[in-house]
Amino acid sequence: MSHGDLRVVPSPQLWGLAAEFATVDAFLSAVEACRKAGYVHFDAHAPIPVHGLDEAMEIPSSRLPKLVLAAGVTGCLTGLALQWWTNAVDYPFRISGKPLFALPPAIPVAFELTVLFATIAAVVGLFVANRQPELYHPLFTLPAFARGSDDRFFVVVEARDPRFHREGTAQFLKGLGAEAVYPVEV
Amino acid sequence: MSRAAVQTSEDPIRRAPLVLGDDSFAAITEKVASIVERPRPPLWWTVSFAVSLGFAVILLAMLAYLFTTGVGVWGLSIPVAWGFDITNFVFWVGIGHAGTLISAILFLLRQKWRTSINRFAEGMTIFAVICAGLFPAIHTGRPWFDYWLFPYPNQMQMWPNFRSPLMWDVFAVSTYFTVSLLFWYVGMIPDLATLRDRARTRLRQIVYGVLALGWRGSARHWHRYERVYLLLAALATPLVLSVHSVVSFDFAVSQLPGWHATIFPPYFVAGAIFSGFAMVLTLLIPIRQAFHLENLITERHLDNMAKVLLATGLMVGYAYGIEFFTAWYSGNHFEAFTFYNRALGPFSWAYWIMVFCNVVVPQMFWFSKARTTPWLILVGSLLVNVGMWFERFVIVVTSLSRDFLPANWGTYSPTWVEVFTLLGSFGLFFTLFLLFIRFLPMIAMAEVKSVVPRAGLERGPHRGHGQYWGEIPHQHDEILGGGNHEPR
Repeated sequence: MSHGDLRVVPSPQLWGLAAEFATVDAFLSAVEACRKAGYVHFDAHAPIPVHGLDEAMEIPSSRLPKLVLAAGVTGCLTGLALQWWTNAVDYPFRISGKPLFALPPAIPVAFELTVLFATIAAVVGLFVANRQPELYHPLFTLPAFARGSDDRFFVVVEARDPRFHREGTAQFLKGLGAEAVYPVEV
Repeated sequence: MSRAAVQTSEDPIRRAPLVLGDDSFAAITEKVASIVERPRPPLWWTVSFAVSLGFAVILLAMLAYLFTTGVGVWGLSIPVAWGFDITNFVFWVGIGHAGTLISAILFLLRQKWRTSINRFAEGMTIFAVICAGLFPAIHTGRPWFDYWLFPYPNQMQMWPNFRSPLMWDVFAVSTYFTVSLLFWYVGMIPDLATLRDRARTRLRQIVYGVLALGWRGSARHWHRYERVYLLLAALATPLVLSVHSVVSFDFAVSQLPGWHATIFPPYFVAGAIFSGFAMVLTLLIPIRQAFHLENLITERHLDNMAKVLLATGLMVGYAYGIEFFTAWYSGNHFEAFTFYNRALGPFSWAYWIMVFCNVVVPQMFWFSKARTTPWLILVGSLLVNVGMWFERFVIVVTSLSRDFLPANWGTYSPTWVEVFTLLGSFGLFFTLFLLFIRFLPMIAMAEVKSVVPRAGLERGPHRGHGQYWGEIPHQHDEILGGGNHEPR
């Protein structure tokens, strides 16, 4: 036994299994089969938005639209308050005999701020909900996954899933018509 | 029937394919990504880039001269206090509108053919709005105080006057730029991930990797992404209509004959879409040819865009006509004289260039032969660009030079500084555009892939254009074991 070498080489841990599919049909039915088999920690990856995938995975409807509505209303009220307070309260001055504050000339700025606030909320909300930027992910260590943004579809079952079994899950995924099943190690 | 005729015919029984030739996902990725991945740009790119950059430098020189000397270097005076500056502003901001129309309005209308051209048109929007934003900023006497336009608490204890349409413009154009940029970027994230995954050099991996934000095509991410994309389209649609309406308020809210017209907002919006589509076609046709993108940007795309050009051209022509009708029907001498002066006065040459380019030229697009002949569309779209610039020139200059009292009349001719500033703005626009097609995917790969037949279920009732309205098969062996797949 050598005492001098204290370096520990960590053995790679299995993070999950990634099954590669070539067609939308096989991919969609595999996703649905995974859900029916009772897997919870699984995800599907596609180069395009696949229609029917939300239903197959039973993804709950996003709450982002409500956030965007709230932001839009905030923007509109901000626009109105800004114009009223600056031009009619804090620094009132008559120009061309126009009223200090009136709704019609206040509409354009209120509208633009509605759209601006709603848009920023939508984009920031998207990134926050998707936890992006996330420049590292275990899947990026899998060379085959590079085609996931080109022409291949992946169904990934994570090892932390209570029903995960290294051989059993691999067999199950192969049985769904996967082109290949890869272990993802971290 | 020729291929073009098959593809552009309107047979309701069969859908025209949106991608010709090899429509496999891998082929689409390869076609688009290889353009930005080639180690050296083609020679024509280098030459055009050098020329564009040269003009952009001329723009910088003109701005330096303007800032150090004053607006007197332009030919503006009273009564014509707006000339090339505001003409260029309205021209450029109008160009931008086609990009938003294609990316947002056609998205809401489920026009699937937009996928091949939307990225390109959105890029054009961003660069056009950059050029547009320049002119109002520099036409102020002291451009280094432009930040006074924004409402911020300041030591002068003053606030901007929100009852002025010029303030509405500040909000409209800056919102429009921000929203267009975000819409463009969000739409590009999946494609940036594709470029990241294909990157071979360390630099490309890092740059595209950071820009892609770690996108990995997760179903949960796609779900939110599609919702957000729809929301952005729904927000950008009224926005694009509002922006040019607000630009038209700069004129319509004044009391000058020729400007004070209720028709202005829709007239300006139609003109903006008209000029924007013309610019999309002007840029698209040479680039489609140069990069051999005919299978992705097909005759059908050109045909559709030429139809939009025809339709919006007719709207613009209608507006020209109704302006004359209103001038006559109002019984107002000043109003009537303004239009008499437009058609027959000292700037009538500009008026008739406008009518020829915007009303007469697009009439050729009634003929399908013209709509499917690229060089004819290119000639037509170039003339429309010229015509739409002159439209703004006519509106700005003829109205200002002849107001109510003959004692106030004046005239206007641009100085060489104004001419070179206009040319320089084209230089800036093309410089940015050439950089875009060199380094970013100019066709939305993920979106194009989602409208080819293989993006749907093989057994779905509607296979094609990415529509899937059917049930998901409940047992996977129903698909895998089924033997009656129709050959595609």
